[in-house]
Amino acid sequence: MSTIQGANQMSQANPVHSLANVAAAHSASKGDHHIAGTGIEAKNIHAWFGDKHVIDDVSIDFFPGTVTALIGPSGCGKSTFIRILNRMHEFIPTAAMAGEVLLEGKDIYQSGTDVTKIRLGIGMVFQKPNPFPSMTIKENVLSGLKLAQLKVSNQSELLESCLVRAGLWNEVKDRLNEYGGALSGGQQQRLCIARSLAVSPQVLLMDEPCSALDPGSTLRIEETIRELSASMTIIIVTHNMQQAARVSDRTGFFLSDGGPGRLIECSSTSEIFSNPKDKRTEDYVTGRFG
Amino acid sequence: MSTATIPRPSKPWGVNFKQAIPDVVAAFATLLITYAIVAYTPLKGKLAFVIVLFLVAVIASAAISGIRRDRKAALNSISTVMIYVAGMFVIFPLGSILYEIIRRGIGGLSLGMFSTDMAVTASDAPLSEGGLIHAVVGTFYIVIIASLISVPIGILTALYLTEIKGKAAGTIRFFVQAMSGIPSIVAGLFIYAVWMIALGNQYSAAAGAMALAILMIPTVARTSEEVLKLIPSDLREAGLAMGGTQWRTVAMIVIPAAQSGLITAVILGVARVAGETAPLLLTMGGADALNLNPFAGNSSAIPFYVWKNFLLGTETAIDRAWSGVLVLMIIVLFFFSLTRFLSGRKGRF
Repeated sequence: MSTIQGANQMSQANPVHSLANVAAAHSASKGDHHIAGTGIEAKNIHAWFGDKHVIDDVSIDFFPGTVTALIGPSGCGKSTFIRILNRMHEFIPTAAMAGEVLLEGKDIYQSGTDVTKIRLGIGMVFQKPNPFPSMTIKENVLSGLKLAQLKVSNQSELLESCLVRAGLWNEVKDRLNEYGGALSGGQQQRLCIARSLAVSPQVLLMDEPCSALDPGSTLRIEETIRELSASMTIIIVTHNMQQAARVSDRTGFFLSDGGPGRLIECSSTSEIFSNPKDKRTEDYVTGRFG
Repeated sequence: MSTATIPRPSKPWGVNFKQAIPDVVAAFATLLITYAIVAYTPLKGKLAFVIVLFLVAVIASAAISGIRRDRKAALNSISTVMIYVAGMFVIFPLGSILYEIIRRGIGGLSLGMFSTDMAVTASDAPLSEGGLIHAVVGTFYIVIIASLISVPIGILTALYLTEIKGKAAGTIRFFVQAMSGIPSIVAGLFIYAVWMIALGNQYSAAAGAMALAILMIPTVARTSEEVLKLIPSDLREAGLAMGGTQWRTVAMIVIPAAQSGLITAVILGVARVAGETAPLLLTMGGADALNLNPFAGNSSAIPFYVWKNFLLGTETAIDRAWSGVLVLMIIVLFFFSLTRFLSGRKGRF
């Protein structure tokens, strides 16, 4: 809580410096982290809904074991972009795309790819917490195993480790057989994170995971993201620039000038917040528009 | 010391005795005025009493609110009275039907009627002789067989419309809607013409069940579709995003989330057909003897038994008919309570 308030106060005084400080401090604290997980690379991605071109030629290389934040005003294609990364884009009937998404060097859009395996390796946490209403907390966490028909030798160990990593274990360990819907919004979102961890994805996509939550829960989830980044590649879409500065190693800035969304620049988070190359990035991160 | 500072819980928004006095007075005045109008004007009879009471109640409640507060409050009480009256209009016919069925049916009810049929009993024999076990068994058979046919077809159709959303969805939805408008006698005629005349099958409970299934499918399909549409698409996406195939996602997440609604769909389907008579006349042939084989031979059902006894018209036959109606109601009520109980133990939404 105090960090958020602090950041807010500072950002009123001098937005560029305060966010840069947050980003720098956080990079320093992290030190030289070891590389873990698998990276994912998007190459020349375009997307359409019907005739509407919504993403124009976006290429980003997401490095293994890093947290990449995607920022930008509403409607610039961030969410569409991350839905392309785990093939959720294709569920919209009018959707079309072009480009390649490489996971372990292989294009996930190659014909003959087993889509369910791809989605197993690239988990997703949605904007609105969506625990399965007919399942208990325990069943929710383990639902991925049943959905994908995976066998695990020690379920209760997995259950505990997922909930611990999602920062929810202490709050729910005595009520694992209650329904997920009985939890608070922040707890539900952490339950959804625990649920995606159970199938041990290499990449975790988060589409504004904190937009419906209070500051306390947000902070709790940010801690979770930091802890998880040791073992997987995380890509988070956020509207909250303080959040991007606090949790991410790298930041990509998307912008649409009324036409399709483009990637304006993508580099280390401290660079984006302290020394952006593009004037538009600077205007956005300092709150001059957006 | 903290105990002294805790106030006693109260409900300051409630109506206290003093405030209620004008309302009670107004209610009595309404009744009195209505009596007076019915007694001293040409408006006579029960119907006149009800209509006058309604009008006077509307005026009285509007007047009281208008005097106490303002025009807005008066309008509010007028609409409140109208809503209460509308609610009573719904309860009244159902309540009086139930009352009449119980009043006239209870006399013929006995345990013996559930162990004997009418094979050797004349319809105008005393009520202590004979029974309707043949009709009860027939109704069980046709409801169960019709459900076995139409519940899978209905729910799978609804899944096609909501989950697969295939190219034919529009056409199928149109046909399902058209199908729900089929008169029940036409469903009976269809099975009679195709299954019995053209294919040469005889009267049977199964033939009756097929005719009822034609009526039940659209009800189950349309209700299930509405229920499945209410399941948030977030849940489907979450299932798919975790590596579930579409079928696993539907079976593990969508259907359990919609469970109680789908059970309602089945109940509505059963309710639609359990009391049908017309299609059974053409397909089951009717019988007075118990027929335990649902696939061949004349058999009866409770609505059939009721229809036949009303047609006979003797005093005991009509008593038997009323008891038949009561038994049908009890069985349907038992079925519904059981399903609700079983489904209420688990499930959300």
